[in-house]
This record gives sequence, C-alpha cells and structure tokens, in this order.
Amino acid sequence: MSDNTDIDETTGIPAPEGASELIDTDYEIGQDNIETQIGPVGLDIHNPVFLISGVSVVVFVIYALLAPQQAADFFGWLRPTLTSTFDGFFLSAANIFVLFCLVLVVSPYGSVRLGGAEATPDYGYAGWFAMLFAAGMGIGLMFFGVLEPAYYFGTPWGDEPLGAVRPFTEDGALIPENVDAARRMALAATSYHWALHPWAIYAIVALALALFSYNKGLPLSIRSAFYPILGERVWGWWGHTIDIVAVFATLFGLATSLGLGAQQANAGLEYVYGIPSNVTVQVILIIGITAVALVSVLRGLDGGVKVLSEINMIVAIALLLFVLFTAGAVGIFVDFGKTLAAYAQELIPLSNPFGREDDGYREGWTAFYWAWWISWSPFVGMFIARVSRGRTVREFITCVLIIPSVVCIFWMAVFGGTAINDMIANVDASAVKANVIDAYKPELSLFAMLDGLPLAAITSTVGIVLVIVFFVTSSDSGSLVIDTITAGGKIDAPVPQRVFWCTFEGLVAIVLLIGGGLGSLQAMVISTGLPFTVVLLVMCWCIFKGLMQEHKHI
Amino acid sequence: MFKRIMAPVDLAHVERLAAALDCAADLAKHYGVPIVYVGVTSSAPGKLAHNPQEFAQKLDAFATSEAARHNIEALSHAAIAHDPTTEIDDALMRAIGETGADLVVMASHVPNVIDYIWPSNGGKLAERAKCSVMVVRA
Repeated sequence: MSDNTDIDETTGIPAPEGASELIDTDYEIGQDNIETQIGPVGLDIHNPVFLISGVSVVVFVIYALLAPQQAADFFGWLRPTLTSTFDGFFLSAANIFVLFCLVLVVSPYGSVRLGGAEATPDYGYAGWFAMLFAAGMGIGLMFFGVLEPAYYFGTPWGDEPLGAVRPFTEDGALIPENVDAARRMALAATSYHWALHPWAIYAIVALALALFSYNKGLPLSIRSAFYPILGERVWGWWGHTIDIVAVFATLFGLATSLGLGAQQANAGLEYVYGIPSNVTVQVILIIGITAVALVSVLRGLDGGVKVLSEINMIVAIALLLFVLFTAGAVGIFVDFGKTLAAYAQELIPLSNPFGREDDGYREGWTAFYWAWWISWSPFVGMFIARVSRGRTVREFITCVLIIPSVVCIFWMAVFGGTAINDMIANVDASAVKANVIDAYKPELSLFAMLDGLPLAAITSTVGIVLVIVFFVTSSDSGSLVIDTITAGGKIDAPVPQRVFWCTFEGLVAIVLLIGGGLGSLQAMVISTGLPFTVVLLVMCWCIFKGLMQEHKHI
Repeated sequence: MFKRIMAPVDLAHVERLAAALDCAADLAKHYGVPIVYVGVTSSAPGKLAHNPQEFAQKLDAFATSEAARHNIEALSHAAIAHDPTTEIDDALMRAIGETGADLVVMASHVPNVIDYIWPSNGGKLAERAKCSVMVVRA
C-alpha cells in the first residue's frame, strides 16, 4: 500500500491514491441497509430500493400475464409513439453526448484520473476491452452485424437511410448502377448506429459513476452522480426513485432480451440442426444460460465475467478472421476503408435531427436504438465504471468511445460487407436476401450469411455458442449491477443476493416466454429511454462540475 | 517456531472474531513474534471506508489498539480485491506472500451444507496455503 498521507481538509478522510476532491457528506454507505441472516444465508439490502424494485417487477410481470392483449396494445402503441414523436430529442441528445465526450478528450479535464491522481488501472487492456464489448455490444453485433447492412441495402419497405437508392427492382432483379451507392449508404448508416453515438451514451454514464465513486467517495450507485444537483436529497426519495427505475429497466431489459434471445437462438438451431422451434426448447435454453451465469456469478468478477468475456473475445475474433479470409480479405479491407470514409462523410447528415424525410429509418431504427441503448445505459455504464478505475478521463474516453467504434465499423464491414456481396453476386439464390429482404426473418441473417462460406455447420455452431455466452456475460454482469444498486452501492454484499437476482431474472424471462409479454415489456423498457435521456443530459452537467473540482489536483 | 503470524480480520464483524484474535495474540506472546492484521477491501467505497487509503488507516488503528490490549507487536496490511466477497481466499493467499507470514490464525464457522454451494471463507486457504494455518471455530 502506498504511504499516502494526504488528508482531505473538509472531510477528514484520507484521499484515495493521489489527491482528489472528496465530497463532504454525512451519509454512511449502508446506513439504509437491512443486514440480517436467513438461516445460513446472509443478507445486506438497501431498504426501499431492494423491496420496491422486487415488488414492482413482480407487479409488472403479473400485469403482462393477466392482461396480455392490453399490455401488448398499450406498450405496442407507447414505444413507437415515443420514438416517432421524440426522435428529434433522442437524436439531438445523442449528438450532445458525442460532442461532450470528444470535447473532454481534448480539454485539460482529460488528465483527471479515475481513483485519484496516482491510481493504477485495475485491469490490463485485453481484459478491459473484452469486458467492455461483452457487456456493451456483443449480442448486438452478432444479431445485427449481418442483418442491418443487408436490410438497408435492399429494403423494399421504404425505410432506406437518407433516401438511398434501391439496388433491386420490384421483381428482385439487380440494378447495377445503384449498387455502389446503396452499399455505401447501407454500411455508413449501420456504422452510425454502432460507432460513436452508442458508445458515447455508455461512456457518459460510466464516467459519471466512476468519478463520483472512486474520486469522491460516494457509493457506487446511479444516484451518486446527481450529488452536484440534488445535494443531500440524493440519499432520500429522489435517489431511491433514480435507483429503482435503473434496477427496473436493467432487470426487464435483461429478462426480455434473454427471452427473445432464446427464441432467436432456437431459430438458429432449427436452421442449422433442425431442432424444433418451440417453447420447451427455449425454456431449456434459458435455464441453461442462467445455470452457466450462476456459476460465473459464484466465481465473481475476475473468475467469472472476465474469463468468459476474454474467451468470447478470442472466439469472436477467430470467427471474424475466418469470415474475413474466406470472403476475400483484400476486398473487405478496401470496403473497411470506404466505410470509414463514408461514415465520416455521412455522419453529420445522418445525425441531423430535423428536416429529414427518411422517417422509417430515423424513427424506426435510429430513435429506437438510441432509446434502447439509453435504457440499458445504467447497467452497462455501471459495469464499465466498475472495471475502469485507474484510467485517465482521456484514456477512458479513447478506449470506451473511439477504439470500440473503429472495431465495430470493421466488424460491420466484414460481416455486413460479405452479406451484401453475397446478395449482389447471387441475386436469385442468396440466402441472405431470402431471409432479410424477401421474407423478414432477422434471427436467421447471420446463419444465412455463413451458409455461403465454407464450413458453414461449424461456423454457425460457433455463432450460436458466441451468442449464448454473450447472454451469459450479460446476465452475470447485470446481476452484479442490480445487486450493487439494491445493496445501496455496496459491492461486497453477500453472494446469495447476486444468485437471487440472476435466478429471478431467468425466472422472469421464462414466465414471460410462456405466458406472453416479452415483446410488450421490452417495449416498456425502451420507453424508459425517454426519461433516462433527460437523466443522462443532467449527468453531463454533473460530470463537468465534478471534473472541474478534480482538476485542481492534477 | 514461527516468525510472523498473520491474522485475517473482517473489520465489519470484529466481535465474531474474538476467539481467533485472542488465540493469535496468545500465540504471538508465546513465541515473541509480531502479528500482521490483514483486511481485504475493494477499491470502490464501502461501509467501512470511502477508499483503500481510509481502510488502511482504520486497519492500522485496529492493529495499534490490539497491540496495546495484548502487549504485543502488531502491524497491519490492507489487501485490495476487485470483488472481495468472491476473492477473499486469493487475496489472503497473496497477503501471506507479501507479509512473509508462516502461521495464519483465522476464524471460521462450523462447516455446513451451504459450503457445497458457495464455499466458506478460508476453506481453500487452509487447503492450499504453503504455511501453517490454524482455523479457530466460533
């Protein structure tokens, strides 16, 4: 341990590694907790947050089961209404987040270090990146990597990005002179959704939580980021509400994704192995995923999530390289260069919130994505904060925003570019075109693309395994985050609590899968993206105020 | 026989460790060797401390009070784990190496069926540590 004798004058607490600006509050972490023992099992839960979150989750599940049509109608109306009414708001907010992050990188505040001026990183780059991707985007890249570029390339439903030209006639024949423009726009529009903007959303939340926790000594919970605005009220019902909504959105986000993911994995298994697509198989998949996630939870952060994330990263890179080299590496590298250029050129038009005519794309895809990612941001942001201590703000934003953006664009160029090439080269027989354009079966898009390459059975199996392990890491890291928030920011609550949340989430997924309600409750979660957008904008301001004080100590 | 005794301490539940701590202090007096009190903390703020530095300070204060109480030489060593509840054994194993202890005196509960599902603190330590380990049951 370093011999650090800096004592913060206002609080009397020694500074963390190197000087930082601790916040003077009388709140003691865990003061609202109930600590007890049920038999051999210890409990350490935050009084209102744990109980209200748990009860409200049960209430919503019962509602969805008892009134499935009403739930489907209501949320099926609410979510699209929000994303179409507030699309300008979502797009503007996301632009603000990107700009804010980029400004921080070049500003002097970029030198502030998370954890104190002399802190050293908790994790090395490899493990850190693996966990960032597994928590933030793994499932999405697998599911949308082929689907989205192929969709934008040939969609017959009028939602091309920025009025791009269609490369197919009504009968499905190719129009050669439109191909290049359509392909360019398809890849640029996809990159827009997976590069700077989503990572900026996660970076903002992660930065706020890390700053107020590691540097200022507040509990690691969403509410702590609001101390500059709310002051001591953040320990009362303001804070309880913020935390409860975060737990709620995280739990339902994970449970509904798990349920829908089980359906997708089942569809993939049917396509590759002929395993029948039915609820029984899907329930077995959920039980299997939850069981593996439980083992990972018991092994903890380093022994569980980190190990699985690293394994998955290696396997994903292997799959990427396989597709790259069997589909023509040189062509894809050229594609990648062109995609980067196209992204840079189309970034401003695509992120323009007003005066556009591509409603189908802007509302149905962009606003939908932003709302979805913003509703996931408490979970992903908190997890990223947990593993990012010791990095400077500049390093943090570079590694959470810029590098993953480049990687995601490369991923899209490889998977999406290959899929588009397949659609062009085999207009009549392309499996990708059959499953994305002619008939919309999004869950099969990845397998359809792999079908056109050698060793399809092996690569498809690898793809299914990757998706399943990404679900496991999401479930595990999600349980960790929910446990921390419901324990009042304590990361050392008894392990049985994490086991409870992990199991509960699997149970909610199974119940909704069998009783119906996955789609409607996912729509509900995405609807929380609207209030959370306001929360994130406030967080930007709080980060700015927090960094201003830390800057004195650099 | 022993040159340095290590006593793992959970500062949040010191009262449960009374037997083990007294035993460690008695052994230290008998052999005339120092005790190193080891605590495991995380880098995120927790109930005991806002940061690892504060935890180290509190542990040091505890060691000083134990030294005065038992009239022995006492040191402290704070170990940081990323995920304390699941990594205590590994953190303590590292601490054995870092402190140069050749005897660990620690508290443990009476084994029960739950240990098959999630292992007890210290179970692995007693098995794998290269030095002597004395487990004092509550």
